[in-house]
Amino acid sequence: MAKIIVITSGKGGVGKTTSSASISTGLALKGHKTVVIDFDVGLRNLDLIMNCERRVVYDFVNVINGEATLNQALIKDKHNENLYILPASQTRDKDALTQDGVEKVLNELSERFDFIICDSPAGIEHGAQMALYFADEAIVVTNPEVSSVRDSDRILGILQSKSRRAENGESVKEHLLLTRYNPIRVEKGEMLSVDDVKEILAIKLLGVIPESQSVLSSSNSGVPVIHDQSTDAGQAYDDAVERLLGAEKPQRFITNEKKGFFKRMFKGAATA
Amino acid sequence: MSSDTGTTIAPEAHKSAENPPVQPSIKLKASLAPMTALELTSFEPKQFSEELAAKVAQAPSFFENLPVVIGLEKYEEPSLDFERLIEICQAHQVKAIAVRGASASLQDVARNHGLGILAKQKERNAAIDTDTPAASEPAPQEPKADEPAKVEIKTETQISKIVHHPIRSGQQVYAADGDLIILASVSAGAEILADGNIHVYGTLRGRALAGVKGNTKARIFCQSMAAELVSVAGQYKISEDIPSSTIGKPCQVYLDEQTLNFQKLEL
Repeated sequence: MAKIIVITSGKGGVGKTTSSASISTGLALKGHKTVVIDFDVGLRNLDLIMNCERRVVYDFVNVINGEATLNQALIKDKHNENLYILPASQTRDKDALTQDGVEKVLNELSERFDFIICDSPAGIEHGAQMALYFADEAIVVTNPEVSSVRDSDRILGILQSKSRRAENGESVKEHLLLTRYNPIRVEKGEMLSVDDVKEILAIKLLGVIPESQSVLSSSNSGVPVIHDQSTDAGQAYDDAVERLLGAEKPQRFITNEKKGFFKRMFKGAATA
Repeated sequence: MSSDTGTTIAPEAHKSAENPPVQPSIKLKASLAPMTALELTSFEPKQFSEELAAKVAQAPSFFENLPVVIGLEKYEEPSLDFERLIEICQAHQVKAIAVRGASASLQDVARNHGLGILAKQKERNAAIDTDTPAASEPAPQEPKADEPAKVEIKTETQISKIVHHPIRSGQQVYAADGDLIILASVSAGAEILADGNIHVYGTLRGRALAGVKGNTKARIFCQSMAAELVSVAGQYKISEDIPSSTIGKPCQVYLDEQTLNFQKLEL
């Protein structure tokens, strides 16, 4: 049985798809058979981030409607044979996702994969609810600013009341992934700190992804940033994946390491 | 349509009840289910049957297998042919499940016919209406309070509702007829309501309304005050008006002479 993990946030533009791409890639790189499903029907993006948009023939909605088989719709990742992508339909809307249809597809995928990553659309409506309904675990992607935190709080409430596990009296395991974190701006008081967000949301911290140029450039080039282990964001995603698999790792990238006059002096002296 | 305690609450309030990790086969929970009451002033089988038929004809799908409570507050005759009443209801696909506000003698007969017994509506409310209801300025979204009823005061075991998980933005939790105890924080954008007191053993960031049916003795206690709005028996204050000395502190809120008081808890 596969573990179903939804990547969700409530708010748009916080990094759900970027995180879905890197986390699913990370799981596959560690040898787990992983499929990542784009639930954002009508605003398909995951295929771009994963650089497989030219290979999309059939999509998730085709499979739900019985117009294609899973094998026809699944796209194998170029970089890793453990990873498959199930793209969203661009020409339909979210209502095409029926609960029975989604369940059928997830059941079929469950037999073949270890992890099913559901990349949720923004919002709290039907599309987002379908993405989270069957989840065993949820990664809530949050930016360190008040509106994102508020929306994450809202989606956590929906996970608690409207998911299948909640309806059965069980709970969905919740993880916080703080993205676009900039310790310098936190110090200036322009951003919420990790502790602020943790205190408000009261869920376990999976990882902190630093704000980084490399995230944008890797998205544009279609190579998830986790592939580039020379970048801080790539390392941070790798840490998060290890924590997701149960490892205890200290948090990195939450303080500004290159700060202060003396530190710079020492660094200068050491390299001189 | 009337609910069995005369209040209506959002369905979300039920869903946000606690989820225990292990699952026994049965659970006893305080629950409010919307229920239709069929209020009877007199009973004459033919007339009753005709009137019921007319009602059913107006909305057949609504009445299909509809459970109803027979309201007998206004029924003054000493006897009632329950057998015939149940029969007619059944003939119209309506299922009588209980009587409400029946006299002692009628209660016995009803029980013999397999009907449940509910207390009179006003008695139920009177149990918490120990004072003259204040509520000059009704707080937003508070469940509708019934008109003051001076019936004898009964002591009733009040059931507290205990919630172990955080109350998230957009969620609403209501403890009917008792206290609400939250062993976590209440987020901004969440709303908690109770007929009795409210205790929050985390940070209270959302809205808290105690004594929503007019109990002026109700209080709000919290580990850290950061509420958007607090209200006791309809008297409310929004966050701007909460004394800054209590913000972020353990605090209680109570009503004194129609004024909300905030007191830091320093023990």
